[in-house]
Amino acid sequence: MAHRVAVVGVGQTVRYRTKINASLAGLVREAALEALADAECTWSDIDALILGKAPDMFEGVVMPEIYLAEALGGVGKPVLRVHTAGSVGGSTAIVAATHVASGLFKRVLTVTFEKQSESNAHWALSPSLPFRAHFNSGAGGMFAPILREYIHRNRCPADVGCMVALKDRKHALRNPRAHLQIKDISLQMVKDSPMLWEPIRFLETCPSSDGACALVLCSEDLAERSVRPPAWVHGMAMRSEPGFYPWREEVYPHATRECAKDLYQQAGIQNPRKDFDVAEVYVPFSWFEPLWLENLGFADRGQGWKLTETGATSLDQGGDIPWNCSGGVLSSNPIGASGMIRFAEAALQVRGMAGAHQVDGARKALGHAYGAHNQFFAMWVVAADKP
Amino acid sequence: MRDVAIMGYAQSPQVREARGLNEVEMLMPVLQAALADAHMTLADIDFVCSGSCDYIAGGAFSFVGALDAVGATPCMQESHVEMDAAWALYESWLKIQSGHIRTALIYGFAKASNGSLPDILSQQLDPYYLAPLWPDSISLAALQANLLLQTGRYAQRDFAEVVVDSRRHALANPNAQLKGEVTVEALLAEPMLAPPLRKHDCCPISDGASAMVIAAGEVAQSLADRPVYIRGIDHRMEVHQLGQRDLTTSVSTRQAADRAGVGEDKIELAELYAPFSPQTLILQESLGLRPDVVVNPSGGPLAGHIFMCAGLDRFGEAARRIRAGTADRAVAHATSGPCLQHNMVAVLEGK
Repeated sequence: MAHRVAVVGVGQTVRYRTKINASLAGLVREAALEALADAECTWSDIDALILGKAPDMFEGVVMPEIYLAEALGGVGKPVLRVHTAGSVGGSTAIVAATHVASGLFKRVLTVTFEKQSESNAHWALSPSLPFRAHFNSGAGGMFAPILREYIHRNRCPADVGCMVALKDRKHALRNPRAHLQIKDISLQMVKDSPMLWEPIRFLETCPSSDGACALVLCSEDLAERSVRPPAWVHGMAMRSEPGFYPWREEVYPHATRECAKDLYQQAGIQNPRKDFDVAEVYVPFSWFEPLWLENLGFADRGQGWKLTETGATSLDQGGDIPWNCSGGVLSSNPIGASGMIRFAEAALQVRGMAGAHQVDGARKALGHAYGAHNQFFAMWVVAADKP
Repeated sequence: MRDVAIMGYAQSPQVREARGLNEVEMLMPVLQAALADAHMTLADIDFVCSGSCDYIAGGAFSFVGALDAVGATPCMQESHVEMDAAWALYESWLKIQSGHIRTALIYGFAKASNGSLPDILSQQLDPYYLAPLWPDSISLAALQANLLLQTGRYAQRDFAEVVVDSRRHALANPNAQLKGEVTVEALLAEPMLAPPLRKHDCCPISDGASAMVIAAGEVAQSLADRPVYIRGIDHRMEVHQLGQRDLTTSVSTRQAADRAGVGEDKIELAELYAPFSPQTLILQESLGLRPDVVVNPSGGPLAGHIFMCAGLDRFGEAARRIRAGTADRAVAHATSGPCLQHNMVAVLEGK
């Protein structure tokens, strides 16, 4: 039986934006040191280091754990490097939690990062491998057909995507770490921004950010002695499916629904909209919010966009199930870290430490990440109470 | 600690260039063979974990396409490390320890003929102070070998003897890339590549793929005639800057070996991921192996070296011999980084 795991330290880059002057080591240390301080421990209290990031080609450093281990106190310890495309931030947190759940590690540090200013994500995300389909489209071009299909099937009003963008950009104004801080954001401004990949406009798109996120995870006995409130892990799940096969359902991928089912079973979630107080879900392009609302069981099939439209997912509108109070991936996207930021923000919410974007009295939260061609999924449930 | 056993293993031929095959095509038969070896099908697998490197494939997200080879439809629990597949094995082993899964399929692949591996590896060094100088992996191993010679513990003849053993052992390995009866004298007459290393002191570069199936003890007992148990496994990292560590020994190998329990009983054979012949000697010392321990009976990395699989292959080759009854207790070792920076050590047992 798995041992209990809790989050006792969270660290993030001071602000997710282009950091030309920071070295890679400096970037990851910024987040790691904050997580250690939050957990009131030092490098020597850490038993293992679990590192995650998206493709090495973003920074041009092959297997960067070799270089970064030293900056993160990894010398003399087990060091593991996870890479599962865009979901990697979530997957890395889960692999780190598995170290503790195995009973073989008491306290581990996990760090994820991306320094997108070192390269051009659009082209790095347009791989041209031998014998494979070439897109040269970036992530937006790859996802747009899926979002068009969602809109077409469900006859959604055309401006729901703009509403998601407005909501998350407003949430970002509460979070000083968010990369994009657009003070005078309005629905009209989003609508007037250039169309990049129908139906995704410029302001419905995530930015290219630099940043790192870190977590300190520990065993039950250590969590009980934690200075600040721990966030207890109630469930964690990962699922993957191939990106292309004939009968594949891309709008409602089998893997995401199986992943959520497994997760909710572990955490005893019956009705996600009621049982969760808040959710941090990977929405890099606006229309993914209604799509994930349905896939994750917060709304019935075809009804997700109505939650967005009525403000149910907005903290500013007092919605019953606020999504992405931090501003989400739409406001900050250091790709390799983005999934872990979702997991970390979920933990901060149930610890009551989310600052101006705190949901009052949040006790249970969902963290979610996805990657590649809508095919890799990582999720966890954290709560203020012990499972 | 929960008992975990190696149930099945398969490796493609190790060849300099797998012409006309892409990564998925190299992987598919290997995955099927590993499952068959374990008397299982994909339906029996709870978790899939792989190790690969985008820079070898020449494009980002190369592992994404490799998932096609598994046929993971409609979906599976799956993860990936951008490390040697030995670390995918470690992640899977931890997941079994946590109780979340009972079985795992592990694989690695590399088509290194796409590019220049020694140059690619220079780009895993400190990106500000080392990588811009493009110090390739062979040159760094030569620095390490020079330091080893300067200690007086070994001579160039010892390096050649490691190669002679490897080539001879490889005669019995149908997947080996380099094999044959060679003499120390003939090897020492060869020209230098990066002094004091000659070409034969360096591992070949291979295209290929490997896969393994592991399972929790209760599954292993019901399916395998002679399960090979992972009795201990650990891995440790060292400092990156080469000037800051003693390159003539391997502290992290010793640390991992202690935690894996290498010294607790007699070791009969060891499969060591030493890409360069002098590193075999360093590892033998750091592991405390006695002279009668058979090292790299498969021929080891000097006979065939699928980057990203070579660590997993050490587990597979050691397990294969325990299953065949030629040994009861063996060491499997994997490494990563320049000059043995990061090392994994495991003890495998047949009883």
